This record gives sequence, C-alpha cells and structure tokens, in this order.
Amino acid sequence: MTYLIQGKTGDWEVVIGLEVHAQVVSNAKLFSGAATEFGAEPNTQVSLVDAAMPGMLPVINAKCVEQAVRTGLGLKAKINLTSVFERKNYFYPDLPFGYQISQYLHPIVGEGIVALDMPDGTTREVGIERLHLEQDAGKSLHDQDPNRTYIDLNRAGVALMEIVSKPDLRSPDEAGAYLRKLRTILRYLGTCDGNMEQGSMRCDVNVSVRKPGEGLRTRCEIKNVNSVRFVMQAIETEAERQIDLYEAGDSVIQETRLYDPDKGETRSMRSKEEAHDYRYFPDPDLLPLVLEQSFVDRLRADLPELPDTKKARFMSELGLNQADAALLAGDREMAAYFETVAKGRDPKLAANWTINELSAVLNKRGLDITESPVSAEHLGALIGLLMDNTISSRIAKDVFEEMVETGADPARIVEAKGLKQITDSGAIEAAVDKVIADNPAQAEQYRSGDQKVTGWFVGQVMKATGGKANPKMVNELLRKKLGS
Amino acid sequence: MSDLTRLTIAEARDGLAAKQFTAEELARAHIKAMEATRDLNAFVTETPEIALLRAKESDARRAKGAVASGMDGIPTAVKDLFCTEGVRTTASSHMLEDFVPTYESTVSMNLRKAGSVMLGKTNMDEFAMGSANITSYFGPVKNPWRLNDGKDRVPGGSSGGSAAAVAAHAAMCATGSDTGGSIRQPAAFCGIVGLKPTYGRCSRWGMVAFASSLDQAGPMTRSVRDAAIMMQAMVGYDPKDSTMANEPIPDFEAALKGSVKGLKVGIPAEYRIDGMTKETEASWQAGIDWLKAAGAEPVEVSLPHTKDALAAYYIVAPAEASSNLARYDGVRYGLRESADDLTDMYEKTRAAGFGREVRRRIMIGTYVLSAGYYDAYYVKAQKVRALIAHEFAEAFKRADVLLTPTTPFPAFALGEKMDDPLQMYINDVFTVPASLAGLPAMSLPAGLSADGLPLGLHLIGKPFDEETVLRAGLAIEQAADFKMLPQLLRAGS
Repeated sequence: MTYLIQGKTGDWEVVIGLEVHAQVVSNAKLFSGAATEFGAEPNTQVSLVDAAMPGMLPVINAKCVEQAVRTGLGLKAKINLTSVFERKNYFYPDLPFGYQISQYLHPIVGEGIVALDMPDGTTREVGIERLHLEQDAGKSLHDQDPNRTYIDLNRAGVALMEIVSKPDLRSPDEAGAYLRKLRTILRYLGTCDGNMEQGSMRCDVNVSVRKPGEGLRTRCEIKNVNSVRFVMQAIETEAERQIDLYEAGDSVIQETRLYDPDKGETRSMRSKEEAHDYRYFPDPDLLPLVLEQSFVDRLRADLPELPDTKKARFMSELGLNQADAALLAGDREMAAYFETVAKGRDPKLAANWTINELSAVLNKRGLDITESPVSAEHLGALIGLLMDNTISSRIAKDVFEEMVETGADPARIVEAKGLKQITDSGAIEAAVDKVIADNPAQAEQYRSGDQKVTGWFVGQVMKATGGKANPKMVNELLRKKLGS
Repeated sequence: MSDLTRLTIAEARDGLAAKQFTAEELARAHIKAMEATRDLNAFVTETPEIALLRAKESDARRAKGAVASGMDGIPTAVKDLFCTEGVRTTASSHMLEDFVPTYESTVSMNLRKAGSVMLGKTNMDEFAMGSANITSYFGPVKNPWRLNDGKDRVPGGSSGGSAAAVAAHAAMCATGSDTGGSIRQPAAFCGIVGLKPTYGRCSRWGMVAFASSLDQAGPMTRSVRDAAIMMQAMVGYDPKDSTMANEPIPDFEAALKGSVKGLKVGIPAEYRIDGMTKETEASWQAGIDWLKAAGAEPVEVSLPHTKDALAAYYIVAPAEASSNLARYDGVRYGLRESADDLTDMYEKTRAAGFGREVRRRIMIGTYVLSAGYYDAYYVKAQKVRALIAHEFAEAFKRADVLLTPTTPFPAFALGEKMDDPLQMYINDVFTVPASLAGLPAMSLPAGLSADGLPLGLHLIGKPFDEETVLRAGLAIEQAADFKMLPQLLRAGS
C-alpha cells in the first residue's frame, strides 16, 4: 500500500522522520526540585535553579533518568550506560541560563524499534534513532501587554525526552500511526501522559520528497506541530509544496518551517544560514551520567506488559482476532478494562461487549474509558449472568441499558426487575403448549413444511414469558412439539 | 590588651577560649582596621552591623559552652562572588551592582555555621577574571605592600581584595576562589597564605561561576595553621554541587603535627622559565634547601606539557565563562538597559554591564566553541588538560608534593602590564597547571625581594592530599620565618 503523490512529472514518494518531545512524568524538574504540574499560576513552580540565579547548579533528578531508561526499554532500544549532558547555547528570554541542558553526542538511549499496526492488518517497523533527555524552556507571553513580553518559567527546566525516529515513514497515515503508537507505549509505561493539547507531547516533522528509487533529497523541518491530525496535514501540505517547487524547476532549501492549520500552509521560520550556532559543549556543572547495568536490568524486570506483547497474548491465550486484539491493546486503560471484564469469563464475549456495546455508549457520550458509566466489574458480572444462563442475551441488552443509566450492579437489576431467565422446562413447556394450542393455523403451516414460522412462534413464547424464557429451550421445545 | 588585629586565627581562638577578649572586641578591632585601610579599596561592601551581630552571637554561644568550631568569633572577609543572603553580591561587576541574593552560598554558610564573623565583601577582578584586581567595576585594589617609589602595587587577582584585607590586618582571614591561580597569586603578591583545595572539596553552590570545571573556593590567611583551621570550616560534601567529591574529610590542623622527614619533594624542571626573576629563582632554591634541612628529599620530576597549560587554560576557562555568563541578560535580575527591542536590550545591557576583560573572555570563549573551531580549540585544549593531569599523576609516583615558585615575579605597579593581556596572563603560568589537573596547591610567603616585595612559594599536592601540602608548608613557614609587615602597617609609615 505505497503512498505516492502524483505530480506533473510522475509519482513522488514522501520521506518523513519525526522528533517527538515528550514531557517526562515526574515529581520534579530535570535538574531542580520544583513541581511540574500543568496549569499552575505563572512563575509559581520556579526554583532558584530554574531562574538561573547566580551560583545555582543543576542536580540530575534520578526519577527522570529512570523514566528515560524505561522508555528506552519500551522502545526495545539500546541503553547507553554512559551519557553526557551538554549545553546548547542561545539567547532567549524564556531560557534563563542562556543555554539548554541537553544531550548531544552521547544520548542516554540509542537505536530502537516501534511496530505499527496498519489498518490492513499488517505490521510495519519504524526505527528509532535515539532518545535523549533535555530541559524544556519557559514560556513567553506576548498577549498580556501591548508593549511588553511576560515570561512564565513554570515550564523552564521540566524534563523532556526527545525521541527521534529514523526517516522510515512514508505517508501521513504512517506518521499518524507512529505518533499514536508511540503515545500508547509512553502511556503504558507511564513515562509521558501523551497529551498533545496540553503540550506534554510535541512534534517536529522532517519532510522530504523524492522519485521512487532515488536517494534522499533536501528536507525541511516543521516545528512544534501539536496534534496528530495537524502532523498528517502538515506532511501532505509540505510534500505538495516541495513537489511544486521541483516540478517548477526550483529547488528546496533546508530550513525550519511552521505549519498554519488555519491557512493550510507551511511558512518559513528560518533558513539554514540563519540557524543558530549552538556551541554545544559538555556541561561542566555535571559529570557524565553513568548507569549500572543492574539498574537497567531491574527496570527491565519491572516493566509493565507493553501493547505488542499484550496484543500477542490476547490473540494466543484468549483467542481474539488480530483486529480486536490490536484495538483493545492499543489503549492501556481500555486493555485494563477489558482484562477485568474478561477475567474468568469468555474472552470473546468480553471483547465483543467491550468493543461494541460499551464503545458505542462511550462514543455517543464522548467519554473516555476511564469515565465509563459502567464499571469493568459490572460488565464482567453481566457477561457472567449471560454465561451461566441467568439471563438471555436479549435481556442482557436491556440490563446493560439500565446499567448505563444507573451504574447499578447487573445482578441487582435482574433481581429487582425479575428478569431472571426461565429455565424451568415445565414452565416453558406450558407456555409453548398454550401458544401452539392458541394458533392452530400457524402450527399447521409448520407441519406442512414451512419452517419459517418457527421464529414467529419463538417470539410468541418469549412475549408470553416476558422475554425471560431461555431461547434455546424454547426453540428445542417448539421443534419437538410442532414436529410431533 | 595588645592589638587584636595582629593575631592569627589560632592565637585568637586561644585568646577567646581563655576569655582574654570577646568576639565582639575582636570584631570591633577589625571593623576599625577595615575603616582605617579603606584607601586600599579592599572591600566592596562593609557589613559592620552583621559583624557585630554575629560576634555577639558567638560570645553568647561561648558563654553557654556551645562553641561551634575553631572559627567561632573569627573576623572573616568574604570575596564578593560568594552569594550572601540579604547582602549584595556583585562579583565586582556593574551587571550585579545592585544584586542582593535571597540565599547563602554553601561555603559562606558553612563558615557562618562554624561561627565566623563576616566583616564584609571583598573587591575582586570582575567575575574573577584578572590577575591584578584592576578589572573591578569598583576600582582597583591597592597592595598594602609598597615601595618608596610612590607607585601603588597591585595585590594580584582575582581575589585581590581578600588578599589585601588579610595582608593589611583588616580581616583575620578571607575566602578566596581560584580558577587559574586567583587565590595563590594574590596571596604571593600580598605576602600571605592562600590555599586552593582539590577540585571538589568545597561546594560551588552559591558561588558566582567563572569556569565551572576549575573554580574552587579556599582560605586566605596569615599562617599555614590558619589555612588549615579555616579550610576545615569551608569544606564538606554538598549534594547541590554534582561535581563534588564525597571524600572523607581529614582533620587538617592535626596533619600539621607530622614531620616532613623523608618526604619526597618534586622539583619540576619545566618551571624554570624565561622571564622568571633571579630573586624568584633564589627563593625557590631557598625553599628546596629549607625542606631538605627539615629532612625532606628533593627529587627532579618532569612535567613536559607545562608550557601548554596556559594556552589550554585560556581556551577552557573562557569557553565555560562565555556560557556561564549568558544568564546575565537583563531579563530577570541585575542590570537592564532600556532598548527598543529584545536584541537591542541584550546588546546594550551586556555591553554596559560587563567590563573589557570580561567581554574579551566571552568573545574568546564564544569563538573557541563555534562550529568549525570547536575541535581545533576546545577539544584540543581538553586533550592537553588530560595530558597535564596525566603528567602530574606520573610525577606523583616519584614525589609526595611538588615545590615551585607561585609567580615568575613579585607584585608589579598599578598601571604596568595593563595594555597587553598576554603579559598579564603570564602571572598564572605556575598556578594554572594545578588548576587544570584539579590538584590542591598552596602559596605561602618565602621572603622579600631586594626591593622589599613578598615572594611566594607554591606547593602542589596529590588529589585530596591537602595534608601533605599543609605539612610541607608549615616546614617552609618555620624556616622562612616571614614576620614582615607591609609598609602600610609599619610604625611611622
């Protein structure tokens, strides 16, 4: 399923690499003890270090290191036991030190892999180039005053993981799938909340185009795109711009661009010539970061089950099909919900109810799985009632509706409303006899070979029993009685 | 009661213990001396109220039998790059002229906890960049040692105010900081003891940074014993400084009890450089002879890359400085010049806030870190640095401690060597190698030049072996018997 853009001169292939900045879930900033909560009043989460007061020194936050290593392990990547923090020097008002502490030549995590589940059921592997730890900058507020810029340093010094993919992506869809998969992995690990709207996950997109079979052409970097949808749109827009340039006989210049979703265009931010000389050098305030192999091993042993493994297990152990397994494993909360529902119950039934009935309700109400009106325990109990024939699947749907409305325990609903399935063969037999006796014409029709009326009879019996009769028993009895 | 400002720390400690005088009396005597020697311009900020308050607290502790340390009640000057809570800290720069920290540096806090009494903040070369204390925004410091030619001598730098204050008996001791010789060279020029501990002994937290991989705080005193007592109160592991060593801390004063008998004293051949005065060479030989007489054994050692140390230093230190000083941008604190836009504000603020030498080093540092030059300068300098450290390690296989002159020449007159930065940088030629290698080193007075200016001898020790440096220093001190007072303090002058 190759994605190609048709130009005047033929087909063009798009080459995409993504740099994702993922805010580390942590108790404090990368090099200071200040808090990192989102949405706090400006400049209330700023330590002396974050404000770069004279004489202040950075001290690495062990929790952030742990999170980076865990993420690296989740990306099946090489963990570098020695890594080095360097200073990236440039002046900006929201960068208090006049440099960002980042990792340059020696990142904490090396090459890894992310497996994408493509819509056609195939799997596509995307290479990870590296992951490194770095500080976030503060925020410049230009809209508070007509003449002045205000600075909020709450975010200054917050730990980011920059996760750089190889230029392995070939379409906007793949880029979207990569971002979603990466987010899923980060959420499973609990190392980043993946919230693009709040900026805890941001994306720089590198795009170039080429004729199929060619080597790489000049790329442009689109900075700070803040949603999966915009990333996909930006790639398409930028690829088309580059193709237009080439086809008009122009060339693409390497530069940094911005995507404007309102206008649907990318705009030049600065060219390569205007690029900063960051004057990287090892931060003399910090020693090289040296990890023990045993530390990495311990983190590896404590990793949660990750989406790929979970999906495989859902298929091999629970017998789910690939699509259902991928869907359920694709979200940590969804998977956890499903596993609670399925515990000790028929996994396929559990999957169907979770994917179909429950998801429909959630979608309709715009709710997240964590906000579900029906708890996993209750949905599991409902499936239990179905499995032990306490209720029929028809009744189950009614009970489920009631559960959605009231959040009540299904056993209670069944009890209170007297919805328990009738499995007493005597009672069902009596109802069947009565329906046959009351409808001799239809009985005759059946006996003359028109078996289509069976459904009608079943309906009548169910009606007579208030829907509570076990449908299987009704069927059997009807065939037996009508056939005799 | 004799003049309390003539006492050493050790003597004052005993006098306080014997209740011969109080810390308050000690403080008042020094406040008076500080005021009487204002002409030296040794202090940027005097803090007599704080001194008296802390002295009274010290006396109260003593009355309760809760003396904090040997430094309790000792009048101390603090170099103006140690951030002091509620007391402006300028690093002698216009940029920080009005900067009042809300926090106290670890070293000055350690001294406070030890009971020392802060007299004030001493003048220095701006951001510790200089070897003559002529780059201070608050004007040059004068050396209390002078000749009869009517010219003032420089006190050395960058801890020139601290050195001058201690030499002039305006403070019993002072903190210094040493990046390439900023404690030892002014100590030599002012005839006092200055000790740069091993890199990682003293916390850099709260110390205005010049070059992070080199900066190290240390004591400036009038005796070797005092240096041991004061250093004890300054050092200590601080988790807030990631480059610190968590090494056991010896009892430095106790180390003085040992003898130097059998001690192997390395004499590096490469330190005999052109431009060293005959007197300096003679004083070096005297040092060798004194140690020999005390039972030590001089051995020749070789440090072949000594000649490259200065060049490497003047790449590494400005590189780090160019980045460390980027925070002074007019945005959050310090000087801000009004301007039309952001770039204009940066340029005007930094042009106005930094003096010539600081700007020169920022330019050098920015240059050597630039794309295309980084490998040729910074990376190469780091290699030279590693070589120098390696050569010291080799030398220390043969020697327990090294002896060299501190400077090639004694204090020069204010106004000399000002035009040529390279001439100025030669001051550090003997002190810089130990800085690059992170080794402990001490300068102590060995005598006077024929003109009558102090000459310093320089001892370099193994990493974390300040004890041997102190012990060898004490042997030289006893032999040199340096009791001269600066002309300034001599009766009738």
